[in-house]
Amino acid sequence: MSLPWVQHLILAPVLVPLLCGALLILINERRHERKFFINIVSTVSLLVISLVLLYLSDREYWPNGIGVYLSANWAAPFGIVLLVDRLTAVMMLLTSVLAIASLVFSMSRWSRIGVHFHSLFQFLLMGINGAFLTNDLFNLFVFFEVMLAASYGLVLHGYNTRRIRAGMQYIVVNLLASFFFLIGVALIYATTGTLNMTDLAARLDLLAAEDLVLLKIGVVILALAFLTKSAMWPLGFWLPTTYSAASPPVAAMMVLMTKIGVYVLLRLWLLLFSDGPAAGFGFDLLLWGGLATLAFGTIGLLASQEPGRMAGYAAVISSGTLLAAVGYGQPELINIALFYMISSTLAVAAFLLLIELVERIRTPGAAMLALTMEAFAVDDKPDEPVGVPIPGALAFLGLAFAGCALVITGLPPLSGFVAKFGLMHTLLNPQGMSTSMVTWLLLTLIVLSGLAGIISLMRFGVRTFWATKHTTAPHLQRSEVAPITALLLLCVLLTAQAGPTVAYLERSAEPLHQPGLYIERIESAPVITQEPLGERT
Amino acid sequence: MEAVIAIAIGIMFGAGVWLILRPRSFQVITGLLLISYAVNLFIFIMGRLSINQAPLTLGEGAIDPSLYADPLPQALVLTAIVIGFATTALYLVVMIGARGLTGTDHVDGKEMDK
Repeated sequence: MSLPWVQHLILAPVLVPLLCGALLILINERRHERKFFINIVSTVSLLVISLVLLYLSDREYWPNGIGVYLSANWAAPFGIVLLVDRLTAVMMLLTSVLAIASLVFSMSRWSRIGVHFHSLFQFLLMGINGAFLTNDLFNLFVFFEVMLAASYGLVLHGYNTRRIRAGMQYIVVNLLASFFFLIGVALIYATTGTLNMTDLAARLDLLAAEDLVLLKIGVVILALAFLTKSAMWPLGFWLPTTYSAASPPVAAMMVLMTKIGVYVLLRLWLLLFSDGPAAGFGFDLLLWGGLATLAFGTIGLLASQEPGRMAGYAAVISSGTLLAAVGYGQPELINIALFYMISSTLAVAAFLLLIELVERIRTPGAAMLALTMEAFAVDDKPDEPVGVPIPGALAFLGLAFAGCALVITGLPPLSGFVAKFGLMHTLLNPQGMSTSMVTWLLLTLIVLSGLAGIISLMRFGVRTFWATKHTTAPHLQRSEVAPITALLLLCVLLTAQAGPTVAYLERSAEPLHQPGLYIERIESAPVITQEPLGERT
Repeated sequence: MEAVIAIAIGIMFGAGVWLILRPRSFQVITGLLLISYAVNLFIFIMGRLSINQAPLTLGEGAIDPSLYADPLPQALVLTAIVIGFATTALYLVVMIGARGLTGTDHVDGKEMDK
C-alpha cells in the first residue's frame, strides 16, 4: 500500500526549494540567466503547488479540509506531522506570489550585487513554507532557523556599512529570540511530554493545576520568539532599521516574515487557549501588545523622513493591527484581519520595491554600494542595466506610489479600505459582546494610524514628485516595473473579489476555533502498513 | 542535585545577559555563547535528572516510564547545539566583517560621542 501522489504534495513546498537551492550552489555566479531561470521555475512551481493545495483543501479532498502528512510514516504524536489546511494554503500562496515578484524585480541588478542570492532565496522559501506546514514545535524551531539563517545572509546581501550595522543588530536580536524559543519548547515538553501542537491541545485537560502554570509560562516564553518576529512593541525596534537597510527584494520578502510570527501565534493560541482548562489565557496580552505596537508604529511613521523606514513602520502598524485582532477574541474579527493581512502585505512589499525606483529620481545610479563585487571578484559589473527602458517612467512612479499609499493608509477605492472598513464594521457590531473601552481605543488607533500614514506618505510624495527642482525621468526596466504593477493589480483584484475572498478566509478561520477537529484528524491519521520485507514475494 | 544545576544555569544565563548588554561585539558574542550553553543544559535537564537508568524503549507489555531515562531531550539538545553553533559562527563572520568595514568593534558600528 502506498500513498496517493496527491498526499506527497504536502511535502513538496519544502522539498522543491531545498533541492533547487542546493542545485543553485553548484552553478557558477557568472551564469546569472541560468541561475535566475532555475530559481523562477522553482518559485512558479511553488505557486502552482500552493494553488493545488488551496483547491484541494477547499474542496474538502481531506475531511474538513485538513490534510495530514506523517513524515517517515511515524504514527501521529510520535513523529513529525505536516499539516495543511485552508489557512496554510493561502499563506503559502501569498509567499509564492511575493517571491515571484521580488525575484523578477531582482533580475536586472539586485541579484548580481553579491554571491549566492538565488540559493539563499530558495532556502528562505523552504524555511517559510516549512514553518507554515509543520505541526511540531521543535520542527518549527528548525524551520525558523533555516528561514532566519537564510535571511541573515540576504539582509547582508551586497553588503555595505549600513547593511552590516543593521545586520548585526538583526542577528543578535533573532539569536536571542531563538534561545527563548528553545526554553519555551523545553518547558512545554517537560510539562506535557509532547511536542506535537495538536497533541498538546489534547493533553491540556489531563494536566495537573501546577503543571498548567508551568505550561503557561512555557507558552509565553515561546510566544516571545514569535512576538519578536512580528515586531510587537517593545520587541520590534530592529524592524525599521533592518527593512530600510536591506536590499529592496529582500525587504519585500521580510514583510512576509513578520506575518509568520502572527500566523504561528494565531494558530497556537486558538489551538491551546480557545477552550479547555486554560481558555482565554493571554489574549489580553496580545490585545494590549497589539495596541501598543499600533501606537508605536503610528508615531514612528509620522516621525520618519526616509521612505525605507516609513515602509518599516507601515509593516509595524499592520502587525500591530493583526495582533490586536487576534487578541480581541472575536471570531469574526479574525476573518477580516486575515484579509487585511493579505492586502497590507502586498501593498507594503510593493512600496518597498517601489521606493528604490523612486530614489533614482533624486540620485540616479548611486543607489548601490557594490562592495562585495571586489571582495568576491564578480567581474562584470551591472552598472547601468541594459534593456529597453519603459516610457512614461515618472507617470508610472507617481501612479504606483499613489496606489501603494491608498492601500497602506486604507483610503477608498482599493483593498486597504475594504479591509479597514471590515475591521471597523466588525468592531462596532459585536455579536454577544458589548462595545467596551478597548474597542474604542482600537478603533481610534486604527483611524489614527491611517491618518499618520496619509500625512507621512503625502509629505514624501509631494517632496519627491512635485517639489524637486530637476526631475530626470529614471531608467526603469520592464522587469522592475512588472512586479510592482502585478502586486498592485492583485490589490485591485482583491477589492473586486472582496466577497469571495472574505468568504474563503471565513472558511479557513472557522476550523481554527475548533481544536477538536484537528485533534481528531491528527489522531486518526493512518499509518501505511506494509508486509515485512522478508515475506514479500 | 536539582538545586545545584538550577543555580548553575541561572548564573550562566545571568552572566550571558550581562555580557549581551555590553557595547563591544566580542562581549556580546561571549554572552550569546554563555546563554546558549545555559539553554542547552536547560533542555537537557527537562528530561528530568536521573542516574544509571536505561533509555525508554519499546518492550513487551506496559512498562513503568519512571524507571527509565527520557531520550528525547538528548536528541533535541543535539539539534539545538548544532543550530546554535552554526548561527553563532555566522554572527562571528558578520562581526569580523563589521570590524573591517566600520573600523570599530562597537555594536552600533560607531563609537559613542564623548
